[in-house]
Amino acid sequence: MSVDLSQFIPTFLEESFEGLEIMESGLLNLEAGDSEMINAIFRAAHSIKGGAGTFGFGHVTEFTHLVETLLDEMRDGRREINSQEKEVLLASVDCIRLMIEAIQNESEYDDTSIIMVSAQLSELLANGNEPADGNSVISDVNGSSESDDPISSNKTKWNILFIPEHHLVQTGNDPLLLFSALEDFGELTATAVLDNLPSIIEMDVEELYMHWQLTLISDNATEEDIREVFEWVEDECELTISKEELEQPKHEKSGSAEANEQSDDTVPSPEQLLPNDNVQLAQTNSAAGVTNADSQASNVTTISPNTDDNNSPKAPKTPTKSKAKTDQGSIRVGVDKVDSLINLVGELVITQSMLSELGNDFDLSKVEKLTAGLEQLLQNTKELQESVMRIRMLPISFAFNRFPRLIHDLSMKTGKDIELIINGENTELDKTVMEQIGDPLVHLVRNAVDHGIEPVEKRLASGKSEKGTIWLNAYHQGGSIVIEIRDDGGGINRDAVFNKAVEKGLVEPNVTLTDSQVFELIFEPGFSTAKELSDISGRGVGMDVVKRNIQSLGGRIQIESTPGEGSTFKVHLPLTLAILDGQLVRVGEEVFVVPLITIVESLQAKPELINKVSGDMVLYRLREDNVPVIPIFQLFNLPAESQAVDNSLLVVVEADGQKVGLMVDDLLAQQQVVIKSLKDNYQDVAGVSGATILGDGSVAMILDVPGIIQMALEIAQHKQRQRSNVYQLEGALN
Amino acid sequence: MKWGKTMEQEYLTFLLNGEEFGVDILCVQEIRVLSRVTELPNKPDYLKGVINLRGVIIPIVDLRQRFGKEPMEYDDKTVTIILKSQHPSNPSIVGIIVDAVSEVYKFTASDIRPSPSLGNQIDNCFLKGLATVESKLIILLDTNNLLNQNELFTVDNEVEETELLVD
Repeated sequence: MSVDLSQFIPTFLEESFEGLEIMESGLLNLEAGDSEMINAIFRAAHSIKGGAGTFGFGHVTEFTHLVETLLDEMRDGRREINSQEKEVLLASVDCIRLMIEAIQNESEYDDTSIIMVSAQLSELLANGNEPADGNSVISDVNGSSESDDPISSNKTKWNILFIPEHHLVQTGNDPLLLFSALEDFGELTATAVLDNLPSIIEMDVEELYMHWQLTLISDNATEEDIREVFEWVEDECELTISKEELEQPKHEKSGSAEANEQSDDTVPSPEQLLPNDNVQLAQTNSAAGVTNADSQASNVTTISPNTDDNNSPKAPKTPTKSKAKTDQGSIRVGVDKVDSLINLVGELVITQSMLSELGNDFDLSKVEKLTAGLEQLLQNTKELQESVMRIRMLPISFAFNRFPRLIHDLSMKTGKDIELIINGENTELDKTVMEQIGDPLVHLVRNAVDHGIEPVEKRLASGKSEKGTIWLNAYHQGGSIVIEIRDDGGGINRDAVFNKAVEKGLVEPNVTLTDSQVFELIFEPGFSTAKELSDISGRGVGMDVVKRNIQSLGGRIQIESTPGEGSTFKVHLPLTLAILDGQLVRVGEEVFVVPLITIVESLQAKPELINKVSGDMVLYRLREDNVPVIPIFQLFNLPAESQAVDNSLLVVVEADGQKVGLMVDDLLAQQQVVIKSLKDNYQDVAGVSGATILGDGSVAMILDVPGIIQMALEIAQHKQRQRSNVYQLEGALN
Repeated sequence: MKWGKTMEQEYLTFLLNGEEFGVDILCVQEIRVLSRVTELPNKPDYLKGVINLRGVIIPIVDLRQRFGKEPMEYDDKTVTIILKSQHPSNPSIVGIIVDAVSEVYKFTASDIRPSPSLGNQIDNCFLKGLATVESKLIILLDTNNLLNQNELFTVDNEVEETELLVD
């Protein structure tokens, strides 16, 4: 077997994560009798199990097998679906995810939860439909020890049924050699079964008509070891391996459990391969690598690229812990998007050949044609750019689909009955933005559950329905996407926030603030109004982190709240991080790009509105505000045309609620620019968030507005501190 | 990359203030005439700025200034050598401005002698060794360190001090 399977592992991981999401969302929506849904969950579990078996992740296979068995019983209607089973299955989804994440990160994981859940699963399986007693769960049960520790120290008896195909010996395989290899593991007894011998006349000397019943007693062989022996002949034989513990641990109560376990874990004899055991058959095969293609195919069906059905996830939801890996992750793209790209490239080629034909034999009479051709080229490139950008766009359901589970878990924990309503999950968003917005959204939703929705008694007292509602909405607005998290809870208590802020020394007690200014205080570091820390929120990661994360994506967050009616958090995000709407400005000889989203207005400074405060800082009076002026040439140490603030051009920008006027020499065009990193070949530069390439091929820096404000503040502070060392200041000025 | 004693390796040499330097030719992506650079804010003197090379943004270093030599007016012989790291783990690209390109020589590992560590203005980490061709001395540069952003874009304080002393 020289095929290097390891190259497929990333695909397996991706598909497993997808499968887990299908299982999770399926379980959350599962109603009794919904066989379609159980089938979908079952298929997902089965694909994971098959894949794990192929790649030799035995612990995943064994665990998933338990899940699958339970699901199989549900599927066949042998078991009713009740909330307890759903909880255990959800917990096992978490366990499988834990194991697969561990494989992905090549790290260790804490297996206590897995042991517990697999014990619960085994318990459920053992007890049929009876509810399991939660306490006795962990104590015995063979299944758990088996799944955690496949290499049991007990002597194990393996029953191997080896039915070779008739032509086995023609391919150069000798069963005897296989058996002697098996003997290496321990004591082997082989019984040839001659039932199927044809009459001597019909017999072909080169065919093999018998099969063997083998018994191997070994203390260290695992099923894998045995399968490995048969690796070369696996697609030319029928192989069933079953296991019997010889030194069986005492299990006084679970005789039926044992039997159940046995029959599920193994396929004892061909007679027992009844239709409902076909799962085991498939497993036997796929674990042996025979129907690799089969299990792959079943994976493919669950994730076929369909852009319309957004309930079926297309890309992996990678855990945030492994950000580094996420960066190199792959994207699953709908076929329609690729088709449109191919179409556009085709058109581009046509335009190109038309233009080059024009160029071959050009005279002035063809100018009109040339202009038309160039226009077409412009159109083509624009469309091509848009299509390429769309490839990076994924529906926001990828970020949203973890919330049903979150709400489910949180409402269990808090005892609040909460309904989640998701709207606009088809709204598309750049993959990078999506990956980074997940955690802040989780935080906001947790907050909505914990602080927003009131306890049931309080809701009833204020005349609301018992059930709290949280809405998640996503929609496009202008060039950005808006994500709304709305709850119908108690709203933000303005006075509580204000008092808390005063107590924390964030504001003076006697200032008057508008509502929105008060709500902004929530985002201050170290601010938490939760009276006591709960398990759900208030764990120190505050709203300030949420705000910072959103800002680092170039977005902003807004709060609206009405006491007694609920609050809405609105997150505005740019559609993509790769392209930015920019205003080009010129300073000296250099062109800079100011992100359009940060610009409040651009104006020509009027000398009478300029105030020089204590020499260094220049303030410009913009209506009610005094805006500090930052001369870019001075900050960046560049030559400039005009160094005087009077009559200069100011671009007023805003970041972190702070407005500043950037002094520039000229305002140029507005255009979309493609962001390029400076870090690839150089390093990060203070005040610059990246670079871009302009139409003429030259490079322009993109200004990092928050960074510039920070720099200017630091310089101002520095100056204040070192007012005596004036020469430094002059150095910066010149 | 490990080379045997007899394995020949080609070096592109260039002139810098009358001295001849060599870099591993496998690291040379291309040689370009000087084009307009975009200045970076608050950059060190030796970093001329960045250029756009077919969509990739590349920093351009004046090697004279980086090595603490007298800057010279650029003329029509001045070229930019685009160096690209051979390490897949650190795929950085840097352009260096040199006075002129000179020759391509082959050296084996035994031709290269260690350079004396004292008495030069160039950070020792950039030096790979010395080689002679017909009594001409060629200073071979360690391209890996030259392409290492930490080494190239951080000036050793000691060097700056020596510079001051020399000035």
